[in-house]
Amino acid sequence: MNSSPRIFRRIKTNNSPGWEFILPSLVLIGLIGLPILALVWRSANIRIFPYAFSESAINALKLSLITSTISVLISLLTGTPLAYIQAHWTFRGKAFLDVLVDLPIVLPPSVAGIALLMAFGREGLFGDWLNLIGISIPFTTMAVVLAQVFVSAPFLVRSARIGFASIDPQLDEAAKVEGASNWHVFRHIMLPLAGRALLTGVILSWTRALGEFGATLLFAGNLEGKTQTMPLAIYVGFEQGLGIALVLSVVLLAVSFVLLVLLRRLELQSQH
Amino acid sequence: MMRMRKPLIILILLLSFVSGACGVAGNGLSATSDTETFTNLIAQTALPTSAPQTRTLTVFAAASLTEAFQEIGKAFETAHPGVKVNFSFAGSQVLRTQIEQGAIADIYASADHKNMDSLIAESLVASNSYQDFTTNRLVVILPEGNAAKVQTLKDLTNPGIKLVLADSSVPAGNYARQILTNMNEDSEYGADFSSAVLANVVSNETDVRQVATKVELGEADAGIVYFSDAVAASDLITISIPKQFNVIARYPIAILTNSPNPYLADEFVAYVTSPAGQVIMEKWGFTREN
Repeated sequence: MNSSPRIFRRIKTNNSPGWEFILPSLVLIGLIGLPILALVWRSANIRIFPYAFSESAINALKLSLITSTISVLISLLTGTPLAYIQAHWTFRGKAFLDVLVDLPIVLPPSVAGIALLMAFGREGLFGDWLNLIGISIPFTTMAVVLAQVFVSAPFLVRSARIGFASIDPQLDEAAKVEGASNWHVFRHIMLPLAGRALLTGVILSWTRALGEFGATLLFAGNLEGKTQTMPLAIYVGFEQGLGIALVLSVVLLAVSFVLLVLLRRLELQSQH
Repeated sequence: MMRMRKPLIILILLLSFVSGACGVAGNGLSATSDTETFTNLIAQTALPTSAPQTRTLTVFAAASLTEAFQEIGKAFETAHPGVKVNFSFAGSQVLRTQIEQGAIADIYASADHKNMDSLIAESLVASNSYQDFTTNRLVVILPEGNAAKVQTLKDLTNPGIKLVLADSSVPAGNYARQILTNMNEDSEYGADFSSAVLANVVSNETDVRQVATKVELGEADAGIVYFSDAVAASDLITISIPKQFNVIARYPIAILTNSPNPYLADEFVAYVTSPAGQVIMEKWGFTREN
């Protein structure tokens, strides 16, 4: 296997991985890398730039940024306590709860959309109650946020749970002996120590919320400025001519890329 | 920073390597046998005329044609043993884009002329096979129970009505907006009728069937769809749109230039336009107007 390229430098030994590892990897790298490359290549075109500043593109961008930020805040405020409970307490039905909270990660978004309609739609399970207090969720920006929280919060909870669970339980006990309350332990010991895991969760759920498409289309509909987020604008724009879809795709690609680079730096730092 | 940069360089190198490898794969000795089997595989699936095995006809059809074409497809399969008809139903504009991006199909049936005409201009459909095969009208639909108490077309301007239309890129959405504009001309409705109705729109759906579904679910108070959609979804209330405002949606059908089964496609189009095919179309609410 001396014939393999010498660009590889293994962490410890000095030999290269060998073609039997490199070739299959190349297939996958090509499959992921070429479409991304093609997307950037096709959008590096002066003529499509006017689309980038079209009103509908900017509306979609604004709406996506606002809704995904709200979604992440909701996920953070509700997901952190949940992850804390999951990491430090056992109770009946805990295994079930763990699976339930992870479920949206593997659930197809269209299923999420239908489930949300069945629960919070006007004719849904809780529709009558919501009608009573004058709330109708479908086709509103709130529906966009709910769909985003549904699909993205589990990423935050998962990450936070792992972060909390990795903290030495003796710290907790020591603080309790000193007379600290649950809240104090959480606020002054757990939160700072799990900060990095929380931040990782925030980035992961943010990217997921930004990319949410299927559930939004089913539950919130598609109206410019109100429920048409970037992924929806890309889908609708794709049929009207490639320009607007390409520009928005590249913007989403860039944002996701930056978020992932941040994530990677966080992971590298936590290893040291 | 150095740490970030090196993997990027490797990635770029690998990418150029892969694209290079694709170009020369045919010349590589070891690759030849694989390439041959692969070509045979493609030949078997794409050109099955040599052997009397199952032949598959792929039909791209407007979402509004779903039930009618499914029934026609079954009848066609019965009349042609060994033939399997596969359908892809979506908004005409979605299917048109897919064909432009290289999707392989035999037949395209659109809900408007605009999408078909752009495929003809791009030589993607055979213009001599192009013909109108059916027509449709539009209606206003309301959910069972009609909680918003919409009684007339004028009520569509009532504040707070949740109206769902197809997006203006979708044929049905385009027709719906034409109708509203036509009604502006009438003194009974007034010149700002259209803008008042459009202000009540809560969603522009990506195909007409999504409009019908949102109304069926009771999430929307009203929608504008084809008459045939109202026939397919039985438990809806409909308000008809008078002829002087309504538009006739003409559905063209054509065979794709790169159709793998052009003769079979010809027979399918003939079946759709035959009396037997037209009976099925009428059953699902389509008409044949001049």
